[in-house]
Amino acid sequence: MNTMPDKDKTTIEQSSDALTVESVFATHADRLRAKRKMRELLDRGAGVTISLGGIGIIATLLLLLIYLVYVVQPLFESAQIQRLTSFQLSPSAASGEPLYLALEEQAELSMRLSSSGRVDFFSLADGAVINSEQISIPAGAQITQFALASEESGLIALGLDTGAVHLFSADYEISFSGPNNARQITPRINYPLGREPVFIAADAMQAIAVAQANDSIVIAAVAGSGELSLVRATRQSSLLALLDPSADTDYQLEFTRSELALVDTDWLLIDGDQRWLLAISAQRMVSATALDAVFSGSAAVQASDRLALQTESIQDARFLLGGLSLLVADANGDIGQWFFSVGEEGLALRRVRNFAGSGTPLTALTVEQRQKNVAAIDERAVLRLFNTTAERTLIKQQLDDIRIRSLALSPRGDRLLTETDSGLLTSWSVSSPHPEISWSALWERVWYEDYAEPDYIWQSSSAGNAFEPKYSLTPLTFGTLKAAFYAMLLAAPLAVCGAIFTGYFMAPPMRRKVKPLVELMEALPTVVLGFLAGLWLAPFVETNLLGIFALIVLLPVSIIAMSAAWVFLPRSIRHSIPDGWEAAILVPVIILSGMFALWIAPPLEMLWFGGDMQAWLSNEFGLAYDQRNAMIVGFAMGFAVIPTIFSIAEDAVFTVPRQLSNGSLALGATPWQTLAKVVLPMASPGIFSALMIGMGRAVGETMIVLMATGNTPIMDINIFEGMRTLAANIAVEVPESEVGSSHYRILFLSALVLFAFTFVVNTVAELVRQRLRTRYRLL
Amino acid sequence: MSKKLRKWLRAGSPWVWFNAGAVAISIIMVAGLIGLLAFHGLRHFWPTDVMQARYQPPGLPATEVIGELIESETVLAERLQDSGVDVDPAKNFYQRDLWKFGNREITGTDFGWLLTDYISEKKFPDALTVLERQQWGNFYGIPIALLERGETLANSRAQAENDSLLWAELQFRLDRAYELREEISSLQGQELGRVNSELERLRLLERALVIADEMSPTLKQEINENRATLESRLLVIQLRLNRLKAEISRDSVLMRAVNNREVQIALEDIVRAYQPNQLGLPGKFAVYFSRLWEFLSAEPREANTEGGVFPAIFGTVVMVLLMSIIVTPFGVIAAIYLREYAKQGLVTRLIRIAVNNLAGVPSIVYGVFGLGFFIYFIGGEIDQLFYAEALPAPTFGTPGLLWASLTLALLTVPVVIVATEEGLTRIPRSIREGSLALGATKFETIWRVVLPMASPAMMTGLILAIARAAGEVAPLMLVGVVKLAPSLPVNGIYPYVHLDQQFMHLGFHIYDVGFQSPNVEAARPLVFATALLLVIVIAVLNLTAAALRNRLRENYQALDV
Repeated sequence: MNTMPDKDKTTIEQSSDALTVESVFATHADRLRAKRKMRELLDRGAGVTISLGGIGIIATLLLLLIYLVYVVQPLFESAQIQRLTSFQLSPSAASGEPLYLALEEQAELSMRLSSSGRVDFFSLADGAVINSEQISIPAGAQITQFALASEESGLIALGLDTGAVHLFSADYEISFSGPNNARQITPRINYPLGREPVFIAADAMQAIAVAQANDSIVIAAVAGSGELSLVRATRQSSLLALLDPSADTDYQLEFTRSELALVDTDWLLIDGDQRWLLAISAQRMVSATALDAVFSGSAAVQASDRLALQTESIQDARFLLGGLSLLVADANGDIGQWFFSVGEEGLALRRVRNFAGSGTPLTALTVEQRQKNVAAIDERAVLRLFNTTAERTLIKQQLDDIRIRSLALSPRGDRLLTETDSGLLTSWSVSSPHPEISWSALWERVWYEDYAEPDYIWQSSSAGNAFEPKYSLTPLTFGTLKAAFYAMLLAAPLAVCGAIFTGYFMAPPMRRKVKPLVELMEALPTVVLGFLAGLWLAPFVETNLLGIFALIVLLPVSIIAMSAAWVFLPRSIRHSIPDGWEAAILVPVIILSGMFALWIAPPLEMLWFGGDMQAWLSNEFGLAYDQRNAMIVGFAMGFAVIPTIFSIAEDAVFTVPRQLSNGSLALGATPWQTLAKVVLPMASPGIFSALMIGMGRAVGETMIVLMATGNTPIMDINIFEGMRTLAANIAVEVPESEVGSSHYRILFLSALVLFAFTFVVNTVAELVRQRLRTRYRLL
Repeated sequence: MSKKLRKWLRAGSPWVWFNAGAVAISIIMVAGLIGLLAFHGLRHFWPTDVMQARYQPPGLPATEVIGELIESETVLAERLQDSGVDVDPAKNFYQRDLWKFGNREITGTDFGWLLTDYISEKKFPDALTVLERQQWGNFYGIPIALLERGETLANSRAQAENDSLLWAELQFRLDRAYELREEISSLQGQELGRVNSELERLRLLERALVIADEMSPTLKQEINENRATLESRLLVIQLRLNRLKAEISRDSVLMRAVNNREVQIALEDIVRAYQPNQLGLPGKFAVYFSRLWEFLSAEPREANTEGGVFPAIFGTVVMVLLMSIIVTPFGVIAAIYLREYAKQGLVTRLIRIAVNNLAGVPSIVYGVFGLGFFIYFIGGEIDQLFYAEALPAPTFGTPGLLWASLTLALLTVPVVIVATEEGLTRIPRSIREGSLALGATKFETIWRVVLPMASPAMMTGLILAIARAAGEVAPLMLVGVVKLAPSLPVNGIYPYVHLDQQFMHLGFHIYDVGFQSPNVEAARPLVFATALLLVIVIAVLNLTAAALRNRLRENYQALDV
């Protein structure tokens, strides 16, 4: 019993001990718990951060593709047209039929010329007339003729039945005034030859034409009798005019009356260069006369022709922007584009393309001032807006239920103004971001103005608005493939054969030395290769062309010769070098045969080609020789892709399971038979993917082609001529192209094409390789 | 014998040898290319002897020629005839030598071909001196007198053909000119630049205040006072500069060039003077290394065709460093996500293939993306938001260092991802499981165990990325390099690192000098040297990567047991 208290005591002691330990544990556990919580939080936070970061980075890489598509996509957006406002002009202004409608640069004001000779300027927002002016027409006289020099000049000629011609244009003066510096546009009529009309004929005329270029204005008129009269007004460059360009300048008039009788002339037109005078009749007859000849008195109709392909009678004829192409509309509503080009039967007007109508005649036809766009409206008020170069119909839409009799496009091409028979004017907003781009403009032959035939042409630099941009990607794609082809011609055999030898035959010690060398080769910056190709190799090859060919012939011969000679060498020498060192033995052989080829070439060139192989090639085969040509690119880019192909192909050959080849060898096959029948069939998918990846690299390479070719976008398979590739084209032109322009977007499109091509090629290659790896693993 | 041959054919030996030939050709091409670069690149700095000779083609008066012999070649008589040279019809081949004449102001051209047959009386006079100049290229001639402020110094006229006293005095005065030039360039580059940049900042501040409509008269007065102080400082620096310039233009040397023409050359124009013909081997090496050092450390001269490439080296290094800072964390995070966090399946497999293939997308595509997205889109927005006062002059909406680094980071991030992932894959599962079993969280396992083990792989990836970035030129042409940058992207002027500035780059330097410069012949040796430098840098980086990779493999082989 005595022990009880002791026991109790100890229990108490123990429990008190336990208490203290527990309390210690408790605080410790709290701390641990807190720490665990922290760790848990940290772990979760890190997980979230890493996941977000990882997904973000992968998304950024995806952004590359999305952004390219985002920039390119507007190229293929269809055009949109939207009704803005409709209004009637005040009764006094709305009098008479409209002869001409036009919009000013900012598309705030519009001008309407009525058949009575009254000009009204009105706001496009509400139709409020701002300014009016009457062209002074003598009592009893009638306006019988109207002619426009071009939409961009805005120079109008009005012919009266008295034989007089009034010449004027609308001018818009922009000033900034008021507290907010608001823009104020003041319209006025400008008479370049003075307010007095020019009397060009004795009485009413059949047709008149006017043209303006630099300092001269030409007016032509066909009198009722068919007699042709011309007036040339040349600006006098007086000191006064130089000092103050706004001052009235004097024009000197020169009258010419020609013997030509142009009967039945319905439209008289002068082209943009003032070289041709075209008289067109509704019966599809065209006669062309050289303008200079008329002035010098030796007038003759030089080309007379029927607009043979236009089936119905002519309804309208006018020049497209630039004054080179003639647009002829017939009663079907078909619009033909014609221009002079040299063909088999000499210089002739030729129909280049046709825009089919709906079978009803047109009521109005107009052309845009900055782009080769044409707008036409037919009897059923269907508007057609199309681009000639791209042969692309941008808009085809019925605008109204009533007939629309007149039409105007703003200079920027973003506004359209129509007038119905009832005199209701409507303004429309037009958006056609990149009208000159279409599938055919990018990839097919296009018949450009001033060219003899349709062709693939890349010429993006523009001299002015009237320049027809030539955006054919075909020559660039051709150049890309040509460069890649010649590069692969060198790289594929060298890399694949080298890989086979290294992966299967080569002695391991040598392999350990060759592999880093190939890796070093892969790391060589392409700018260095391009520089060597352009500045060292190109002149070298030019002077040693035959030597290079001799080298190409001699190398295989010398290799075979060496291998045959090896058999006959004394056994002691052969055995002193172990198997798998053949490549090392061949190095001096190849160097010597190369030197021999270069040494023997000049005398041979003297003997066979009279000392100049380039001249011989050009005389015998008509092959042109550029110093920086496809052969140089082939060498340099071949050099660049050899290591890419080599590494992957060598990997494929080397990793073929050894038991397969050992089995074959054990059955008595020679090493070469084993390679050809066992190893290569196994490794061929890997070699194929190596070639694909090499090809992808050759297609996208920029610096080498930039430096080793002349960068001319020509389409010629000739190995001695250069090319321009998509990648080099981007590098050359992107820095200068205007952001958001068609040119800019097309360059992005070519980047997208490159991206897509290499991505697809690489993916296919990668999938092939992965399947191969699985197959090896199974074995 | 025929038995041997038949056996040779049947065994497929010709094919084996053929394949061996392909390897041999590849080896020769790589070695030949490196050798060619090394030969031309290193030769450029060697002070060649200067030759004096008599040149008399038939039917023309004899002339004296002085210059360096660059190379000789055999040429067809016909080709000479085509280029308008009278040739002997009986001879098919001619030997001709390419000479570097220098003295551009006299001869008109630096280089010329002479037919070896008509060169006679070759000699190498000791007194022939090479003057490397700031402008107009080299000058070859014999110093005959020294001038101070246009007056011939007493006793300085050369007494003998080879006057060592005159030479010593010339060296002495040249040293003075070097020192003055250093002083001028530091004054111009640093102090003048600093004051000008402060003035520009003041102007922008003023505009920003006007735009924000917070301009008050007191502020305006303060700005004007500051401007007045700065302008007076500018004036002081200008005065000091003028004085130094007057000092440096004091001396000149009178040289006798070809055909006894005397030309006076200001010492301030002279970069280096030496007499190669009387230099021994040590002396030549001294000149060699001095020129090599100039190449590595000096600024370019004469439209980049002479002088050094230091700004290009510096620009390349800064751009690559910046790129590494961006690419490493992002690449590693993406790799860790793909390997450790993402659910393995078809999607990750596809992503892996896509990332792998992005490394094969042409670099110019990245350049186009960088230009469109980074510069025009993001840069344009930044300008609108933060640099409105400088508009319409763009700050970040134009090619620059930041955008170039970002573009290259994007270009190389697949390389880092792939390499890091490979490293992560190679770490055995047991190690991860061991760490987790001991109670470590996933992140702790990754941070403390997996990443340290994978660090060599990450380093390999980074080095490969750097090697690729250093050699890449095409995208940089769109997003930031220039042929001649006015100042370094990192310098002593606030804000010290100019991310918005354009910079020079070794690779672009090669392209620009080799293909865009007016005097390609004169620039070629320098381009070879630059190319060699670039190749060496990249080769060293790649070898380092290879060594690291091998170490990594050995480590894991130990672990695999």
